[in-house]
Amino acid sequence: MFLINCPYCGERDQQEFKAGGEAHIERPKQPTELSDDEWAEYLFMRKNIKGVQYERWNHAHGCRKWFNVVRDTSNDEIKAIYKMGEKPPSQ
Amino acid sequence: MRNKYSVFSLIKNALSYHENWQRAWKDPTPQKEYDAVIVGGGGHGLATAYYLAKKHNMNNIAVVEKGWIGGGNTGRNTTIIRSNYLWDASAGLYDHALKIWEGLSQELNYNVMFSQRGVMNLAHNLQDVRDLKRRTHANRLNGIDAVYLSTEEVNKFCPIINTSPDIRYPVLGGTLQRRAGTARHDAVAWGYARGADAMGVDIIQNCEVKGIKRKGDSVEGIETSKGFIKTKKVGVVAAGHSSVIANMAGLKLPLESKPLQALVSEPVKPIIDTVVMSNAVHAYVSQSDKGELVIGAGTDDYVSYTQKGSHQIVEGTLNAILELYPIFSRMRMLRQWGGIVDICPDASPILSKTSIKGLYFNCGWGTGGFKATPGSGDLFAHTIANDEPHKLNAAFNLNRFVSGDLVDEHGAAAVAH
Repeated sequence: MFLINCPYCGERDQQEFKAGGEAHIERPKQPTELSDDEWAEYLFMRKNIKGVQYERWNHAHGCRKWFNVVRDTSNDEIKAIYKMGEKPPSQ
Repeated sequence: MRNKYSVFSLIKNALSYHENWQRAWKDPTPQKEYDAVIVGGGGHGLATAYYLAKKHNMNNIAVVEKGWIGGGNTGRNTTIIRSNYLWDASAGLYDHALKIWEGLSQELNYNVMFSQRGVMNLAHNLQDVRDLKRRTHANRLNGIDAVYLSTEEVNKFCPIINTSPDIRYPVLGGTLQRRAGTARHDAVAWGYARGADAMGVDIIQNCEVKGIKRKGDSVEGIETSKGFIKTKKVGVVAAGHSSVIANMAGLKLPLESKPLQALVSEPVKPIIDTVVMSNAVHAYVSQSDKGELVIGAGTDDYVSYTQKGSHQIVEGTLNAILELYPIFSRMRMLRQWGGIVDICPDASPILSKTSIKGLYFNCGWGTGGFKATPGSGDLFAHTIANDEPHKLNAAFNLNRFVSGDLVDEHGAAAVAH
């Protein structure tokens, strides 16, 4: 349990948000030309990092907007928050 | 030579105030090389080592464990054992385990306190009723005992459940697997550790894996906090930390690690003599031999390795428990904890070879791995020893995420994931 600073609404309880998983997984540009291995990689394979991870969150019980969070999964500490489409902060 | 536990050894040791019991397992320093190394000293890892030694004559092997054995999810789960899964592949896998459970205490000469008190799954809406009936039929076609119960039968089997039609999610029926039940989680780890150790397996605790050394596409050994160990076969059974180990070998797995919580109440006199699970409202409860209610909550939806979890998850579970069991309204909860569970997209496990020769993974058990401990160890040992899966775990390979041949147990396994 932790607080998330929604870039649109401000600091709210994590309970209001829905986790959207790993961020910056790019949708295939040419889906018809993908091999089965590439589909598996896109659909299923995840970094699942213990440490600093880039991920998507949705303020489901608030503004309902999506944004990105940089969070340390070993202690749930949030390092940075940035809007969709913005460049991720480098570590 | 390992002394056999019996009523005579109990009397003999009672006479010396229980001060002279033999050590259950050694505390060895790692050798330079082993025929195989199991990473992770939980129930599954220790069972794997036990069956490698017992059935495949691989005695020059080691189990390396970051902390102490059985200190991870083996010591953190709610000890429910059942095999009432929908799909044929899952039914085969989990019932194989259940059959081993039935003779495990005798086999290990260690009381794992396996108690076939039955597991009842409740239906709270019409779709639940249809799903549970379908699963009952599927179970019976696979030779797994399962019966469907009406609301009255549910009430008769477990009278403290509130079966009034006026509650928010009324009980419309349920299923019962009588062969299912619980076991003592620590005893499973200790029993397998003692059995494996007696056959020459080195169980090395406080030994963290830092890296996996590869030569081309083959495994050469592992770097640990106690030095380099050379081996051609590495079986990783690291539950929530599987992805961390996979990353060391340059592999990615289809897993997400999330906190799953459980809690126990103060101990009370016997009040519930079975295990009751409710998928729709996400509440499951049983009573330990000490008298504590053992309650399982759900997972959080974000990746975390913190072994904590959110308060609202516990609150939601307790809301459901109180509505179903008003008699528990004044119980006090004693302890709450979290474990890190590795969840697959299809909520089925992975017991598989990998693209790296000599590297095997047993992971993805998600929220329900304890029940499979003996079967998982047996089949994973087979996979490692023969470099080929057993027919019972062939469907649970890593390649299913490429081929699309998933074993989708998400809603079907009788409990929400």
